[in-house]
Amino acid sequence: MEAIAVQTENKQYSQVREVFRRLIKRRTAMMGLIIVGLFLLAGLFAPLLAPNDPLEHSLQDMLAKPSVDYPLGRDELGRCILSRIIYGARISLVIGLMVVSIGIFIGVPLGVISAYYGGKTDFIIQRFIDTLLTFPGILLALILIAMLGVGLQNVMIAVGISTIPIYARLSRSSVLAIKNRQYIEAAKSIGASDSRIILQHLVPNSLSPIIVQSTLHMATAILWAAGLGFLGLGVSPPTPEWGAMLNGGRLYMRVAYHVATFPGMMIFVTVLGFNLLGDGLRDALDPRMKI
Amino acid sequence: MTGQYIIRRLLIMIPVLLGVSLIIFTMVRVIPGDPAIILAGPHANKEQVDQIRTQLGLDRHPVVQYFSFLGDLVQGDLGRSTRTGLPVTREIMARLPNTVVLALTAIILASFLGVLTGIIAGVKQNSIFDHLSMMIALFGLSMPVFWLGLMLMLLFSIQLGWLPSVGAESWKHLILPAITLGANSTAIIARMTRSSMLEVIRVDYIRTARAKGLTEKMVIWRHALKNALIPVVTVIGLQTGTLLGGAVLTEIVFAWPGIGRLLVEAILSRDYPVVQGLVLLVAIIFIFINLFVDILYSYLDPRIRYT
Repeated sequence: MEAIAVQTENKQYSQVREVFRRLIKRRTAMMGLIIVGLFLLAGLFAPLLAPNDPLEHSLQDMLAKPSVDYPLGRDELGRCILSRIIYGARISLVIGLMVVSIGIFIGVPLGVISAYYGGKTDFIIQRFIDTLLTFPGILLALILIAMLGVGLQNVMIAVGISTIPIYARLSRSSVLAIKNRQYIEAAKSIGASDSRIILQHLVPNSLSPIIVQSTLHMATAILWAAGLGFLGLGVSPPTPEWGAMLNGGRLYMRVAYHVATFPGMMIFVTVLGFNLLGDGLRDALDPRMKI
Repeated sequence: MTGQYIIRRLLIMIPVLLGVSLIIFTMVRVIPGDPAIILAGPHANKEQVDQIRTQLGLDRHPVVQYFSFLGDLVQGDLGRSTRTGLPVTREIMARLPNTVVLALTAIILASFLGVLTGIIAGVKQNSIFDHLSMMIALFGLSMPVFWLGLMLMLLFSIQLGWLPSVGAESWKHLILPAITLGANSTAIIARMTRSSMLEVIRVDYIRTARAKGLTEKMVIWRHALKNALIPVVTVIGLQTGTLLGGAVLTEIVFAWPGIGRLLVEAILSRDYPVVQGLVLLVAIIFIFINLFVDILYSYLDPRIRYT
């Protein structure tokens, strides 16, 4: 028994290693990994990395061009743009993780239950998903913000809820594909309970597409949250959030382009990193997977 | 068969639309603050607030309120904007054409560029063009719409002075917003066309076409393309809907007077009747686009039969 356990553990370990090996072989995926790694570092160690206080303002230095002490210049209130960008990474990181968690923890169970039980349960859950899908892209998040009110927490909830349908659809189709396989039948015939079948067999087997989707979704979450911040529906000032920074700088485009340019570039690079990593993971986990 | 399918799809739309109407109805009821107090203003006394509450029908049972709300909806009565006092339908209709023009220009641009790039990249797999265009496509996917808009504005309006930056007075005003809005879709359509092309090129009938001596041009244009474009049509359809979301950000950047900007203005000023109306409109548009795409799909590919 113990030998089997060790063997399975080894097998899992070597699977992870194989996926990682395939991942770093691709140059683009490697680039994604580096960008995401830097983003995580910036988010985790913001206070150590930021050269200045992100909230300290100085009106006589407003819109100052980049200099040695302020490498990316100062914003409309004279705050250090680089420091705000580094602290902004922390906010984007929290937003991304929260959004993806909401999507996974609500969407995946919905999809699995929908596919496993079928019939009426499936119909009702699918109509609920259809209703959420009636609002394309960022619009559902916007509508939810209209209901919940503005603020960072509401942005996370709103964007999180808008990602539920994708996880639900994804896990539903993976479960549908495997639920009639022999090993599920076998588990049923030896008297395994529904919850055991779902947790031990169905969920682990639909994990690959969910991992890929989550990586790609970190990108979408950061992008949408920044969009909502840009519209003035996100964090309240003076919190350094990339979208809100861009919005603050946009009025000064003619005189000080750097105020809006750098936060936008950060959003772009970070989102690109997650997209590259997601694409790479998809190829490494299962080349036939289509998302 | 297709007729039956359309009817079934229309029937399925009923619970979805009811769900949407329920969301819209709940929207005003869950927001913090009593709408009657907000409407009455800060100086109103209790009687005035009560009067407004009765006027709005807010003193009735929620279920009664929901059905009367549904009744008004069916008659096209969306109420009046709390900001301007004008009927919501009039507010929306005044802005809708601008968004339609912007979204259509963007999707036409995106389809043309995306499909063309996708075909060339697919046919010349692993060429420099393929790698370069797919890299640019990935950039397009990762680009925040609002940042791209600002950067284009910075370059073409502020630095070069070639195009106007804000407003919607002439066709020149349309160029930058349409490119901004279409960029993301161009990338998605290009990626989809390429992968679809790659898949089709490998199948048997393409090998047969080559084997019987058709020119490569004939094989690509007559045989491969026709089949490869079927999934692309779906993506283009879905993108048309998604563009409505992107339009919100684009319209804000370029001060384009469309429904996206109206939505943000309405949310920020808590003009809930307008928000409700827009939400409903977008939902209906999107549902019909999806239905249309599915039907078109079955026409393009005779093998697809919906039952």
